[in-house]
Amino acid sequence: MTPGPFEVMVRKEVADHIRSRRFLVLLLMVLLVFAGTLYISFSHIREAKGDSDFVFLKLLTLSDGTLPTFHVFLSFLGPLLGIALGFDAINSEYNNRTLVRLLAQPVYRDNLLLAKFCGALLVVGVLFLSLVLLMVGGGMILTGVKPEPAEILRILAFVVLNVVYVGFWLSLSITLSVGFRNVATSALVAIGIWLFFTVFYKILVNAVMNAVVPEGYLMPEEMLSYNRLLMSLLRVDPGQLYTDAATTLLMPSVRSLGALSMEQMAWAVPSPLSFMNSLMIVWPQVTGLVAGTTLCFALAYYLFMRKEVRA
Amino acid sequence: MENTVIELEGLTKYYGSVKAVDNLSLRISKGEVFGLLGPNGAGKTTTILMMLGLCEPSAGQARVCGIDAARDPIAVKRKVAYMPDTLGFYDDMTALENLLYVGRLNGLADGEARARQTMELVGLQNELHKKTSAYSRGMKQRLGLADVLLREPEVIILDEPTLGIDPAGIRHFLTLIRQLSRQKGITVLLSSHHLHQVQQVCDRVGIFVGGKLLAAGNIESLARELFGGDSFVTTITAREPAEQWGGLLQDLERLEGLRQVETEGSTATLSCTRDITPEVVRLFVEKGLGVTGVYRKQYGLDEIYHRYFENNLN
Repeated sequence: MTPGPFEVMVRKEVADHIRSRRFLVLLLMVLLVFAGTLYISFSHIREAKGDSDFVFLKLLTLSDGTLPTFHVFLSFLGPLLGIALGFDAINSEYNNRTLVRLLAQPVYRDNLLLAKFCGALLVVGVLFLSLVLLMVGGGMILTGVKPEPAEILRILAFVVLNVVYVGFWLSLSITLSVGFRNVATSALVAIGIWLFFTVFYKILVNAVMNAVVPEGYLMPEEMLSYNRLLMSLLRVDPGQLYTDAATTLLMPSVRSLGALSMEQMAWAVPSPLSFMNSLMIVWPQVTGLVAGTTLCFALAYYLFMRKEVRA
Repeated sequence: MENTVIELEGLTKYYGSVKAVDNLSLRISKGEVFGLLGPNGAGKTTTILMMLGLCEPSAGQARVCGIDAARDPIAVKRKVAYMPDTLGFYDDMTALENLLYVGRLNGLADGEARARQTMELVGLQNELHKKTSAYSRGMKQRLGLADVLLREPEVIILDEPTLGIDPAGIRHFLTLIRQLSRQKGITVLLSSHHLHQVQQVCDRVGIFVGGKLLAAGNIESLARELFGGDSFVTTITAREPAEQWGGLLQDLERLEGLRQVETEGSTATLSCTRDITPEVVRLFVEKGLGVTGVYRKQYGLDEIYHRYFENNLN
């Protein structure tokens, strides 16, 4: 069966990404981070082995303070990966004059956008999946412990979460590449947005909360509502959504992402959460990220469909 | 006409407040080689983009092979192969890879065999595995032609295909296009500035200035249409300067068929509706003036083009 034009374009995008030096640099960066965190967690796995549940999850989350854990690294490397793969998606085609020729073939315009997105996402997905599988395999050989099904499910869900997170930043950078003609501008704007969320946003939220919360004694209900406000503001940052979701997935003992009152804690059973329960806690975060991705993509679609293609 | 392949009706395009294409109506029949001639900025590329559905018209309709280009551009693009003036090959892929990619996008089954065939047709069979960044401009133009032929389309649209090629190359290129059009019944629309070569190759020509199609037809009918009244111009040079001709000018103006007389130094240029060269010469001789040269102008595309371009500037 001959592949349709969409598959052909995705194939070309994947090939282009794999062969590019840009991707090689990013790949090395991710590998280095992964190797580093894994080394640290492997050296400390012996101490944690007493409670031999979820060895593999511990491999991903243990840290002795010298290096942050893998998912913390990813919360700020992931955006970089997404931005780097998408910032010149459409505007480089335009600047190289290849866009006219491409659109003169019987292919739908939106297929091009979708192919750029799916091609990059495919590459990222394969990258994370192979890393994680290598880790599980290596872990099995080095520790001699078999992974439990719940662990595997959590690890796979973590991979999906990573892909969704990178996908959000990817769709954002593709939207910027459609909106800005100059490749450097779209890259800088994307990095600017990332920097804003990584560095400045928390400071901004702090300042806002300091301004909003009154001085003096607060009733517990008031405190709760202000806390909820704080949480909601923090959740606008996709990095926060990712960290919350990753923490919940990788650490089964995490039961809630917000403040819990004494009444809620009173009847809680002190055992780790099942996979489905963790998933339910995490679901709003994942939905938020997917919604953000869809919105960015819709904007890209809107901007691209009517865009003049002639150089 | 059932044979009409490209039909443009009242096509108009505004870029902001600038009218790029103004109420264009044109019909091109199957198997015809049509030349779209005009200066830069005349709106040729915009018209072509509207024909392919790559640009939305502000008013009017463009139909290719009976399909409305704005409504169903994909169907139009399946039948039409377009070679843009900026070419646009992927520089980091080889020529063969570029062709194969386009072939695959079009769903061609035997892409590789056809690619080799068309490359041989354009004379690039030895440069198949070179990266397109290493290609010269002329080679890229030929690669563009190979790319267009690969799809075996019903209509070929070439935007400035002769830009950057040497004269011998242009002749070879255009002859090849004409040959293919005749052999396979492909309709060809080409836009260019190279008037002479285009004149030799095209069946019909359309003069495009300022977004308006000023005239369309073959060279003879164009000349008749555009120069209408004065399709004959005679230039006569005398030994004596015009001031010494006495009442000759009045006599000339009384000649039947004369539209306009211009004098400069010792030369008079007469625009007439019929060939009155013998009468003019006789008048000069009767007055006793020494005629040193008589020249009767024939109209070609250059003159048509310049006249129209000049006219439009007024």
